[in-house]
Amino acid sequence: MDLFLQLTFAGLAIGSIYSCVALAVVMIYQATDHFNFAQGEMAMFSTYIAWTLVGLGAPVWLAFLLAVGLSFLAGVAIERVIVKPVENAPVLNQIIVFIGLLVIFNAVAGWIWEFTIKPFPSLFPADLGFKSTLIGPHHIGVIALTLGVLALVFAFFRFTRVGLAMRAAAANPDSARLVGVSVGWMLALGWGLAAAIGAVGGILVAPIVFLEPNMMAGVLLYGFAGALLGGVSSPGGAVLGGLVVGVLENWVGQYVPGGSELKLTFALILIVGVLVFKPAGLFGRVVVRRV
Amino acid sequence: MAFLEVRALEAYYRQTQALFGVDFRLDEGSITAILGANGAGKTTTLRAICRMVRTDGEVVFDGQDLSGLSTERVVRLGIAHVPEGRGTFVRQSVEENLVLGAYTRKDKAGIAADMESVYGYFPRLGDRRRQQAGTLSGGEQQMLAIGRALMLRPKLMLLDEPSFGLAPLIVQEIYEIMARIREREGTSMLLVEQNASLALAFADHAYLLETGKVVMGGESELLRNDENIRRIYLGY
Repeated sequence: MDLFLQLTFAGLAIGSIYSCVALAVVMIYQATDHFNFAQGEMAMFSTYIAWTLVGLGAPVWLAFLLAVGLSFLAGVAIERVIVKPVENAPVLNQIIVFIGLLVIFNAVAGWIWEFTIKPFPSLFPADLGFKSTLIGPHHIGVIALTLGVLALVFAFFRFTRVGLAMRAAAANPDSARLVGVSVGWMLALGWGLAAAIGAVGGILVAPIVFLEPNMMAGVLLYGFAGALLGGVSSPGGAVLGGLVVGVLENWVGQYVPGGSELKLTFALILIVGVLVFKPAGLFGRVVVRRV
Repeated sequence: MAFLEVRALEAYYRQTQALFGVDFRLDEGSITAILGANGAGKTTTLRAICRMVRTDGEVVFDGQDLSGLSTERVVRLGIAHVPEGRGTFVRQSVEENLVLGAYTRKDKAGIAADMESVYGYFPRLGDRRRQQAGTLSGGEQQMLAIGRALMLRPKLMLLDEPSFGLAPLIVQEIYEIMARIREREGTSMLLVEQNASLALAFADHAYLLETGKVVMGGESELLRNDENIRRIYLGY
């Protein structure tokens, strides 16, 4: 029973990181109708920024906050400079731009920081004042911090004027312009937020998977699986999907014979399964197009 | 100079020209209607004023040239567009739609007061303020679109076929409310309608568009009594 609980708690911790990535992906998807394949590599790059700041002597929390802030600005800049010029281009062009971003971030990170694996410090103290055999201190911190961040993001969208304008701009750009919303800047803001949320995920997952340019490949895949499972049209669903995927991943690894080798396969099976049997996901809306 | 002055306005959808030199004017506080058949360029004229299509020519509103401005900037000058198809934010609540209408304003108290006055004009919206706007009926969504425009406290309202696809009784109700709005707020309105008799009864002035050009204009009374208009657009 202890093992089962340990697996579940660890799954929730890693799952909450998938939730961050899933939410970032869904935010971009709602505004542009495409998956940002570079979301993981952007988060990886942010994590390297934090690592560099720590190396320069910054306290790890300060490095975390600075890296998240810089990621926000970088996200805005990427939308303005790279994504905006292709926003009316055919689908394939946009996807190629996203994949290009992925390759560029990966290569540049390898060039600057090399491909060797680096340890990354946890944001949380090793001693939280109590001991549990069921869940480690980093995992407790991860769950608390991500849930806090996600709650903030939802409150922002739900209760602020700019949050409402961002939702309006994503849902109906023409009408949003007609009430005076600068749709272009709202999209850029969305990219900034997505990059910042991704950075949180990257910095939290780095102590678990270690820092290297390819560290987000698996995480992004699980994030996609979570987003699809919950429904790409439902931010709340995507967060829940991320948590479910994290827990299921751990269960599969332990209880399915040979499962520890099949974790990534499981994510792919989930993605294909959802797309085939329930494309809208558990909480998504079925999109009906008039023809 | 007139409140809104449109001169030699041309509009293009990619390579296709839709307006070929439209001229008209609108006086402050007045209601002007643009009539015409399907495809005459009525909707395009409104979209051109709001800079939602590529244009050439001159649009001067309240002494300011609108060419070169973005749609958002035009809106901030006080032009509220009630678009074709109503432009409802379907997943947002009725109240959120109205809040969005006041997006450019900062005066919280004024916004709250205007929201109550919109619910006063349209009690049905008040009953449904927490409801998702996409679940409203067509008539209610039209009311919401007008209410959203009012939230801007506009100097000029552009109304694109408020009667479109609605039952005659609902149309009558909406036009009665629009007349009340005009009476109380004194808002200038530029109205596009296919239903010529309805528009001519409501507006002070009217212009007739044919294939992207103004072919006739004047007081509504004058157009109503014109032999050709009566035969072709009023049908009696």
